[in-house]
Amino acid sequence: MSVLEPLGATLLALLAMGVTTFLMRAGGYWLMAHVPLTARVHRMLEALPGALVVAIVLPIAVKTGVIAFLAITAAAVVMVLRHNGFLAVVSGLIVAALARSMGM
Amino acid sequence: MRGAGARYLTVAGFADGVRLSVPAIPVMALFGTAFGAFAAQKGLGLLEATLMSTLMFAGASQFVATEMWTEPITVSVVTTLCLITAAVNMRFMLMTASLRPWLGGLPARQTYPAMALLTEPGWLIAMRYRAAGGTDHSIVLSSGIALWLIWIASTVLGYLLGAVVADPRRYALDLVMPVFFTVMLVPLWSGPRRAIAWVAAGVVAIVMAEYVSGSWYIIAGTVAGTLSAGWLDERA
Repeated sequence: MSVLEPLGATLLALLAMGVTTFLMRAGGYWLMAHVPLTARVHRMLEALPGALVVAIVLPIAVKTGVIAFLAITAAAVVMVLRHNGFLAVVSGLIVAALARSMGM
Repeated sequence: MRGAGARYLTVAGFADGVRLSVPAIPVMALFGTAFGAFAAQKGLGLLEATLMSTLMFAGASQFVATEMWTEPITVSVVTTLCLITAAVNMRFMLMTASLRPWLGGLPARQTYPAMALLTEPGWLIAMRYRAAGGTDHSIVLSSGIALWLIWIASTVLGYLLGAVVADPRRYALDLVMPVFFTVMLVPLWSGPRRAIAWVAAGVVAIVMAEYVSGSWYIIAGTVAGTLSAGWLDERA
């Protein structure tokens, strides 16, 4: 594969990702006026974020080990109990940092 | 046009949108700070990280793109980054689609800028406002702008913090992404039957990550989960 112009390559990549993101945002709005969403497509789009998050998190956790599982479990428990994203993230990170400081 | 409210953007609506955004600021700022710190650790430049936040304004995809960022940037790298960005951000289609019944009667030049800055919190703000009988569509754009500015500022702050932390592992900063994503997953729970898609995604992703190099496991897992959801019938 050709190497793009070094100076502009980064900018080009960022622009391309920005345009892609815009197309997703504009796309749903646009499509809604032109194509009816079937129940199946709707179900698939609904399942997509969860599937994606799991596909990103689990392999990283498996690779990182026990600490990662401790951190995500703590974060999930706090989120379920308190419905506070801020608190949940901070709790997860504190649990991981503590576990490491204790030599895990 | 019934119930569509004012045709034009209003100052009062703008102020309302900013006011409605205030409760969403802490999480937005924390996420932005976390992204900035993550980008600094991964060796992205400050300008690159800030531009990414400005142009994309989509945290989950920015984390993934930063994780997958490889130099030199070739055509295939850009293609891969765009594909993964599309996959991560496809959920926005559902959110903006759901705003069509409200905003559909308005001129495109007013609604598309608002769509361009829509995020989960912004969408929730708009849906709640509408459900409570609100009609001024200015709030969609103004809450988008308010949260966007918070997002960019917190990215810069996080980057500067991340760049001075000598040992990110000690503060568990290397785990920011999985922890954040797990927290995002909790509100998506809608019963064990729907979670079959999550199991399919997880199993395929772990197996792919083990045997195939690169970040294809993310796409493979997502496709497996999404397809399994599509093929399950809706009895439960």
